[in-house]
Amino acid sequence: MKLKSNIATSENGFIFNPATGDSFTSNGIAAEILAYMKLAESEQEIKKRIIDKYEVEPSQLERDWDDYMLQLKEANLLDL
Amino acid sequence: MKQKYERPTIKKMNTGLMNKFGTRTDFDPVKEIEGVTVKSLVEQYGSPVFVLSEKQIRRNYQSAVRSFKTRYPKVQFAWSYKTNYLNAVCKIFHQEGSWAEVVSGFEYHKALGNGVSGNQIIFNGPDKKEADLILAIENHSLIHIDHFDELYLLICICDNLNKKAKVAIRVNFDTGVYPIWDRFGFNYENGQAWTAINKITSTINLELVGLHCHIGTFMLSTSAYSIASTKLCTLAKRCKVELQNPIQYLDLGGGFPSTNTLKGAYLPGVDTVPSVEDFAEAITNTILNFGFTPDELPLLILESGRVLIDDAGYLFGSVIANKRLSDGRRATIMDFGINILFTSNWYDHKISPAQESSQYTEETVLFGPLCMNIDVVRESINLPLLETGDQVVVHKVGAYNMTQWMQFINMRPAVVLIDQNGQSHQIRKPETLEYLEMMEEIPKHLKS
Ligand SMILES: Cc1ncc(COP(=O)(O)O)c(C=O)c1O
Repeated sequence: MKLKSNIATSENGFIFNPATGDSFTSNGIAAEILAYMKLAESEQEIKKRIIDKYEVEPSQLERDWDDYMLQLKEANLLDL
Repeated sequence: MKQKYERPTIKKMNTGLMNKFGTRTDFDPVKEIEGVTVKSLVEQYGSPVFVLSEKQIRRNYQSAVRSFKTRYPKVQFAWSYKTNYLNAVCKIFHQEGSWAEVVSGFEYHKALGNGVSGNQIIFNGPDKKEADLILAIENHSLIHIDHFDELYLLICICDNLNKKAKVAIRVNFDTGVYPIWDRFGFNYENGQAWTAINKITSTINLELVGLHCHIGTFMLSTSAYSIASTKLCTLAKRCKVELQNPIQYLDLGGGFPSTNTLKGAYLPGVDTVPSVEDFAEAITNTILNFGFTPDELPLLILESGRVLIDDAGYLFGSVIANKRLSDGRRATIMDFGINILFTSNWYDHKISPAQESSQYTEETVLFGPLCMNIDVVRESINLPLLETGDQVVVHKVGAYNMTQWMQFINMRPAVVLIDQNGQSHQIRKPETLEYLEMMEEIPKHLKS
């Protein structure tokens, strides 16, 4: 799960893909995960950070994670 | 303390046009209705559940009556039973002074059961059974004849009973709104209505007391009502002058729109539909300027349905699941669908979350719980991120849903009325398997 290298993100959740010209907004947690991904943190590390910080069951995060990755893929933001 | 979690999600931004309708208030949670919380009602009566506000029903009724009575001296409303014939609802309208407008035998009996006196029941519709007609004649109800076969049947019944019936005819005409609802009643332009009137006035046992029309439903044009009024007034005048049969009332039917947003409409209903005041102005202006003498002015009857109750009804429901469709769109499955929300076929119902959520919203398809493809409540709606078990409030569902709902896959849910003091009352219990099977019979060879 690697973010394409040229994707621009901002702290307030704005995402821009210069290759396609598409822009996106994201909610807080989505932006946070993207930031960790940019730092090349592993999936496990990122999940642990989220679980430590937020009120969420690991099983819930697991499902939401998969869904989020699907969204990023659909949006052409992942390096496959 | 850990922070509140929300599932991660992104949303593509459309460059260029700003979204006109994504106003923040659409996403403001609606946690209570008339001071009663959504949570407590769902806990007590289950989910989904229909909730009606007695206060709002009375407010709508009184305001509609005021719109007409401040413009015209003789006005009478008749509650259109098919719009919502739960007895508690009908009784509110009757308490407010409304007559009853019914279109079938069982609705007629319901009106009697609700204490409406026979001469305050208007009997409409193309399907009145002989037994229903006999009852209506004996109760001096106002029988609105729909077609010639009914007219001849009525003449025959009156002769047999040797009793007089009070009748009106339903007239259809070109009001500039198409398609014309010409399948109901007698046509004005081709002379059919006048032929029917002649037949009635020459029949000893029939007394022609009124003229009726119902030109359509969710009408957006006030001028259509001016045209309809003019044509009814013209007929009334001819009845007086040519047949020496003065007309006692003109019944303009229903059809005023609620503030729901029609599917495909560019602007929300609240901003576009004419108000009852506008319709009242169009109708009463026409009648008052037609040239009746003051003592000739007919009683004006209205059979409004949806405009009086749509915005007094809510549907509370819960999220069953979230999923993602093959094309990447988000989908949310609710515990209510077109089985109980028939009007989602016509309207883009406003739907609010019933709990706090973050500022973030996503576009989602709202599906109902049925195992069929057409069970879509909203093809596309922006909502805060909803999770399984979260509740939503569907707005303006008071008209036609609690009569056109169907028992398919799921039972019909409870209906609750919040009275003017904020007390909730169950006015229809949720259906049970026992109720469902009550009418079934098993042939002997299939028993055991
Ligand atoms: C004869 C008649 N009157 C009144 C109504 C009520 O109409 P609305 O709900 O559009 O006011 C109807 C509904 O179709 C009707 O058929």
